[in-house]
Amino acid sequence: MTTVPLHLAVALDGAGWHPAAWRDPAARPRELFTARHWAALVTEAERGLLDFVTIEDALGLQSTLFDGPDERVDQVRGRFDAVLLASALAPLTTRIGLVPTATTTHTEPFHVAIGIATLDHVSNGRAGWRVQLSPRRTEAAHFGHRDIPLLDPDRVDLDHLANLFDEAADAVEVARRLWDSWEDDAEIRDVPTGRFVDRDRLHYIDFTGPRFSVKGPSITPRPPQGQPIVTVLDHGGSRVPYELPARAADIVYVTPHSRAQAAAIVEQVRSVPRDGQPVKVFADLLVFVGDDAAGRKARLDELAGAELTSDAAVFAGTADELAELLLDWQQAGIEGYRLRPGVVPVDLKAITRHLTSALRRHGAFRSAYEAGTLRGLLGLGRPVSRYTAPVA
Amino acid sequence: MTAPRKQVHLAAHFPGVNNTTVWADPRSESQIDFASFEHLARTAERGRFDFFFLAEGLRLRELKGRIHDLDVVGRPESLTVLSALSAVTTRLGLAATVNATFNEPYELARRLATLDHLSEGRAAWNVVTTSDAFTGENFRRGGYLDRADRYTRAEEFVRLSRTLWDSWQPSAIVADQDRGAFLRPDSIATVRHQGRHFDIEGRFNVPRSPQGHPVIIQAGDSDEGREFAAATADVIFSRHGTLEEGRAFYIDVKRRLARHGREPHQLKIMPAATFALGDTDAEATERAAEIRRLQVSPQTAIAFLEQIWGRDMSAYDPEGPLPDVEPAADQSLSQGRVQLADRVAVAAKWRAVAEEKSLTIRELVIEMTGRQSFVGSPATVAGQIDEFVQTDAADGFVLVPHLTPGGLDDFVDRVVPLLQERGVFRTEYSGTTLRDHLGLTAPVPGGAS
Repeated sequence: MTTVPLHLAVALDGAGWHPAAWRDPAARPRELFTARHWAALVTEAERGLLDFVTIEDALGLQSTLFDGPDERVDQVRGRFDAVLLASALAPLTTRIGLVPTATTTHTEPFHVAIGIATLDHVSNGRAGWRVQLSPRRTEAAHFGHRDIPLLDPDRVDLDHLANLFDEAADAVEVARRLWDSWEDDAEIRDVPTGRFVDRDRLHYIDFTGPRFSVKGPSITPRPPQGQPIVTVLDHGGSRVPYELPARAADIVYVTPHSRAQAAAIVEQVRSVPRDGQPVKVFADLLVFVGDDAAGRKARLDELAGAELTSDAAVFAGTADELAELLLDWQQAGIEGYRLRPGVVPVDLKAITRHLTSALRRHGAFRSAYEAGTLRGLLGLGRPVSRYTAPVA
Repeated sequence: MTAPRKQVHLAAHFPGVNNTTVWADPRSESQIDFASFEHLARTAERGRFDFFFLAEGLRLRELKGRIHDLDVVGRPESLTVLSALSAVTTRLGLAATVNATFNEPYELARRLATLDHLSEGRAAWNVVTTSDAFTGENFRRGGYLDRADRYTRAEEFVRLSRTLWDSWQPSAIVADQDRGAFLRPDSIATVRHQGRHFDIEGRFNVPRSPQGHPVIIQAGDSDEGREFAAATADVIFSRHGTLEEGRAFYIDVKRRLARHGREPHQLKIMPAATFALGDTDAEATERAAEIRRLQVSPQTAIAFLEQIWGRDMSAYDPEGPLPDVEPAADQSLSQGRVQLADRVAVAAKWRAVAEEKSLTIRELVIEMTGRQSFVGSPATVAGQIDEFVQTDAADGFVLVPHLTPGGLDDFVDRVVPLLQERGVFRTEYSGTTLRDHLGLTAPVPGGAS
């Protein structure tokens, strides 16, 4: 049987995804707000030949409540701006993709688009974007422009959510047009005519939508990848499940808790109409990996005073067992995984050193980087700008 | 014993998207590749500069309703590229120009705080405001900010940013693994702000950064700009002029500080300055003329003329005489540039000079626009800079090289050592943060500033 290689990404956030991760003996919680903490993590991920790392972010303080601050002091609080953090990591790495989170709800689509384009320039073609909504009233109050109802998991306002999803799709559309708004050969440096650019190859994007309008062109030349990779986490809870990734993304992160669920979700994703190449379906898993994984998790649960809960399935076991699970769900149509390490660097190292070896024994993971850009690692070609006139 | 000589501060301006930047020179490299930014930043750090500076433009410039194609076009998002530079430099300050009109305090304050953390205390923000609807077409906010409101918005924006930066106590993070205490209780204040421009409430989500407050720079020479700088800024980025003009500006701005309870050393005055070097003064003068010809191509000469005359001048020969046509009175041909206040008066002045010196169009534009601030041998230029600083016409300069990315190499190799020999410029960084380099005191947490 030939195995198709899996894509592997790691989701980085603070000291790891367990609320008590920072209390693990191997954690260095005083270093969370230093560049070297993140540099060590991303170079480890690159050493493991992973496709990319994502970096979490939000426009509000972390909380155990759905909306609004808790007063807890026993968990990590505070985050760096993820796009800037990713950019600081770019010169320290050469191959791994860098996929920061940026929200579409209160930010300017123009700024987000040129930020991701700049990350792509700085990293020579390794940028992606984890598109996220800011649905909370607390976050809206940090901007003061919108009245948003308190987010209540038991009474989700589907209209409110649908508006935010539509706005996100519009923000991605703006970014994609801006990335294409400079054709690749727009810069001509033609001394005889004194022209630096051929302005016929710079394009207004003329986007108009209910929340914003953007004229263009971008101020930033076309990114090296042409189109950086757009990714979205979707739990399928919107009115049309998986509509945003179908409209806007290259990769969707989904959260099945079994192989059967994985198969059902993949089918649901595939059923949404879409132009162009199919969206890649990655499953999110929160993982503790190693011989004593269950014991480590149990000790952290005890420190946290509650058993870990997550939107994603939680795995605790050996690298071989995790490899079996990933290969099993692959049969259901999952093409890659975004693993959320329970504790960094412990579970990250188990992924980069042991899980990758186990997968490699099955022929399911690379033994060297096969491309210099993130699109290349994902097997995606470099698209021509939508504004380039077709060759007659 | 003589008093220690006043120290010079220097910053490196990445070549901009205007005709100061010469792209037709074979040594001119990419304006967007990270390698270019890294080259200039490393050169500035090798020269022990205070900071690296990026300008901003949020819409491509237009002339006659079309994108201006004669100058360098295209730039990165400033804070993103500075974050990358934080990984390849260790002491150099990193300053971004960021618009207060098209950003929101919560988001921008956290981006600046993030850069300050990533760089271990080297972040600076050059606060600018835009009032034009042209740029607004790229943003949610859109439209127009009344000119009179530009500084009120900037002032409120900076004040609110400082409140957000101050809202985490410096000792908020204890990270005591044994006791299970990550935070000290009540160490993150809830910020409530209701003002003319902003109405926000909530908790900031970035811990207090190494500098406490990133350095604030203000650019602009108007009366309101000076007052805003005196009240709020750590550095004022001004226009370069003669020694006398510099001294008058310096006295005026520094005098304003006392009214805001501040000391003269708390605001550094750093005009933008260009330069041309040669082995001898004569060679430098030749070199300066050569650079000016490259900066003003025949097509650029016509474009300048059109901006002042406010009409299409493309039919005229740039190497020929100034034609006998009057400027349009009210037409606004260009977008994305500062508009000329009184084009008729300016045109009359230009015509007088052209006639007096028998200049062609191109020669006239070369004569009338942006000559180099410092021209001479390394010794001459070092002497001129020192004189400006010692006689209180400036505290230092933001140097604008004309070539990307090597335009500062000669200055650092040949002028900086002479300034160091004079004892007016550091030979090593004595501190780690930009505030240290600029001799600014750390802000008091929670204190008004």
